[in-house]
Amino acid sequence: MKLSTRHFGEIEIDESEIIYFNDGLLGFENIKEYVVIPNPDSEVPFSWLQSVDEPGLAFVITSPFLFIKDYEFDIPDKVVKELELKDHKDIIIYSIAVVPENIEEMTLNLKGPIIVNRNNKSAKQIVLENNEYTLKYKIFDTSKEIV
Amino acid sequence: MLILSRKKDESIIIDEEIEIKVIGIEEGKVKLGISAPKNVEIHRKEVYLQIQEENKKAAFGKLDLKDLNKFFKKD
Repeated sequence: MKLSTRHFGEIEIDESEIIYFNDGLLGFENIKEYVVIPNPDSEVPFSWLQSVDEPGLAFVITSPFLFIKDYEFDIPDKVVKELELKDHKDIIIYSIAVVPENIEEMTLNLKGPIIVNRNNKSAKQIVLENNEYTLKYKIFDTSKEIV
Repeated sequence: MLILSRKKDESIIIDEEIEIKVIGIEEGKVKLGISAPKNVEIHRKEVYLQIQEENKKAAFGKLDLKDLNKFFKKD
């Protein structure tokens, strides 16, 4: 199928690539279908989470483990069930980045990771409440985290 | 919205299986104890609101893909 995107114009995707957020993303509850578009430049570790229905809606995402090697959290049982996660290998974790005009100020949201089941393509943004991870992790200056 | 008054050590029961008890009241803060089945999600509302806000900022950034790629490759 053809997909209109924010950054790449119209592209061709396979429908099997669509990931489905039953609850949407927080603040975007009604938008449930997205596609992950890898960066055409493979040296840059950021991808795009592009809405299927809203061409103008795309989030910059990345693997948090590239920046915080010991990032860890529990996935609640309820989410394990909902996404039908059976094995660690099923899971892909993304963090959403906020990229202001000054790219050096870029932050990652470590408190609201996205969990994707790579097999059935169901996904959910979860809220990590009982840990110290910040909403605004500055990837270029780890000494100055904004809480 | 239902409004109830509770004293310290009193509780309310919701739907037979969720209990919320007032553990302590001091200096403008109420400490609540919540007993609920594991499949019930309990969150501080402000954390949810913060993440909504952060998602919106992420969605409406003016990022140009080329700038991001350039930035990462200059290092």
